[in-house]
Amino acid sequence: MVDMENKEPIIKIEDLTMAYGDFVVMRDLNLTINRGDIFIIMGGSGCGKSTLLKHMIGLKKPAKGKVMYGEDDFWEMNEVQREILMRNFGILYQSGALWSSMTLAENIALPLEQHSQLSSTKILEQVELKLSLVGLSGFEDFYPSEISGGMRKRAGLARAMALDPELLFFDEPSAGLDPVSAKRLDDLILQLRESLGTTVVVVTHELASIFAIGNNCVFLDPISRTMLAQGDPNILLKENNDPNIQSFLRRGEI
Amino acid sequence: MPKSENHLKQGPDETLDIHLGGKWQLGRDNLSIRDVNLFLEQHPGTRRIIFNCKNLDAWDSSILTFLLSLIRIASRKNIQVEKDELPSGIQQLITLATAVPQKEDAKKSVPEPGFFETVGADTIRFVHSIGELMEFIGGAFLAVIKLFVRKPRFRSQDFWQFLMDAGARAVPIVSLISFLVGLILAFVGIMQLKLFGAQIFVADLVGIAMVRQMGAIMTGIIMAGRTGAAFASQLGTMQVNEEIDAFKTLAISPMEFLVLPRMLALTLMMPFLVLYADLMGVLGGALVAVGIFDISLPMYLTRTIEVVGLNDLFIGLFMGVVFGILISLSGCMRGIQCERSASAVGDAATSAVVTGIVAIIIATSVITILCDIIGI
Ligand SMILES: Nc1ncnc2c1ncn2[C@@H]1O[C@H](COP(=O)(O)OP(=O)(O)OP(=O)(O)O)[C@@H](O)[C@H]1O
Ligand SMILES: [Mg+2]
Repeated sequence: MVDMENKEPIIKIEDLTMAYGDFVVMRDLNLTINRGDIFIIMGGSGCGKSTLLKHMIGLKKPAKGKVMYGEDDFWEMNEVQREILMRNFGILYQSGALWSSMTLAENIALPLEQHSQLSSTKILEQVELKLSLVGLSGFEDFYPSEISGGMRKRAGLARAMALDPELLFFDEPSAGLDPVSAKRLDDLILQLRESLGTTVVVVTHELASIFAIGNNCVFLDPISRTMLAQGDPNILLKENNDPNIQSFLRRGEI
Repeated sequence: MPKSENHLKQGPDETLDIHLGGKWQLGRDNLSIRDVNLFLEQHPGTRRIIFNCKNLDAWDSSILTFLLSLIRIASRKNIQVEKDELPSGIQQLITLATAVPQKEDAKKSVPEPGFFETVGADTIRFVHSIGELMEFIGGAFLAVIKLFVRKPRFRSQDFWQFLMDAGARAVPIVSLISFLVGLILAFVGIMQLKLFGAQIFVADLVGIAMVRQMGAIMTGIIMAGRTGAAFASQLGTMQVNEEIDAFKTLAISPMEFLVLPRMLALTLMMPFLVLYADLMGVLGGALVAVGIFDISLPMYLTRTIEVVGLNDLFIGLFMGVVFGILISLSGCMRGIQCERSASAVGDAATSAVVTGIVAIIIATSVITILCDIIGI
């Protein structure tokens, strides 16, 4: 079990401004993600959730501000430190981003081959385990082009979990999944946190899973171009009286 | 004459009364927003717009676009629009369409750049591209060095695949082209040499030209169009699908995993292809000399072996190696720089071929001049 009282910040975002060229997506973001959190990024479509995720995982450089991991600024680290840090990342992209020239098994095996000393039989076992966790056992030898969109999402999830990373980033994991699979996914995320102490950052719109799994969240507002609130979604629902947040958390029915 | 079903009428109290009627259909001219603008200019005091829809039979999106632009104009001029008379379906759709306010700076309005701006922007882009090129070459060089320090990061099956692609599968096209080039060289040359009764020297001409330069250049150009373009579109597609991002965030260097095996494969195969192209070129020349001009095959071949020196062969092979590096680098670089759309992948392939061929020509000139200076 994770001790929820003793919170240790793992990611801190300070004064972050995100921009594509001159187009500012969000500004003045300040948030803290603690170890063991299931942190939800929510907000309307196109408001910059995926962009925020890209800043966290180092794919985009902040226009202003810092992304801190522990005590270190991500962009001030040297190559080696950054590589060590990033080996602890597991990322599910919104589009899946599976390597299309490799089978599912090879997709999941590659991170293990690159970053672990496991023997090939051990790697094979891991691949089978991870695929079965997302309900895809038996699809080892399929290519990404041969499976459906929802299956691709799940395969991407299996790849993200390949190295049992400390930090998982999921961009809309349940988009394109049926309700039962989506529920199983929520259970899986909770289980990962319970058993491995994984910190999970999830971009999602699914209200049910926001309340079921999230213990911390941030709400991004496209109109004011900044975050409106951070905190436990269940508490936000009860105590925050910003109309935008209330309307989002109640499917527009206030 | 009955009034048209759609018209504008001035009502009491500075009101614009818009009558909407008949069938509103895309492609059919009913009221246009220009009429409304004209009316508002003629009656600047208008404060209110009301509708009369008693005769409206059917409608589609065309009426919505009309009403939405009307609402936009009205709100700019502080005119009140009373939507109560509109059919309820239209009202609801309008509410939906105006629910999310238009993002003001999200729309890209790019003013047509002037001549100097274009030149300036192009220059800046060119300088940037040189910087990127240097960075890419540096990265590739480092990746090669790391190869000596630790075990390679790429998968051996990928490497074999690229070897196959850049080697065996390229043989037919390389054979055809270099055979024909040898044949053409011989044909053009022999016509001139015959004037002096010196037909046999065609073996010198074809042999030296093919082995020293043409074999390598032709192979280079073929491989730029074939393999360079393939590399660019493979990596470009991976960029579009965020596959390259997935490599980066797993701390797998795209340079070591994707670029290096391609570069090694092509650079390794190029000398073999060049050697093979030389051979085919000489055979092409022989076909013309023997078949049309009565030079015996043994004579032609002996003459070729006599005049073509080992240094010619090595210069050709060396050029092959250099071209292999240049083609694979430009292909991979254009692929990795690719933007995120299907047409960008096409552009990447095109510019990989152009960059590759330009690089080949420049390298040839440099090598030729250097050889001249050294005297080989
Ligand atoms: N490569 C890019 N270049 C320019 N602008 C971009 C780019 N990618 C995204 N944007 C802009 O940034 C904004 C945020 O995009 P982002 O993908 O982060 O949205 P999102 O919140 O993830 O949306 P969704 O929930 O639909 O996935 C959008 O307005 C989009 O137009
Ligand atoms: Mg997104």
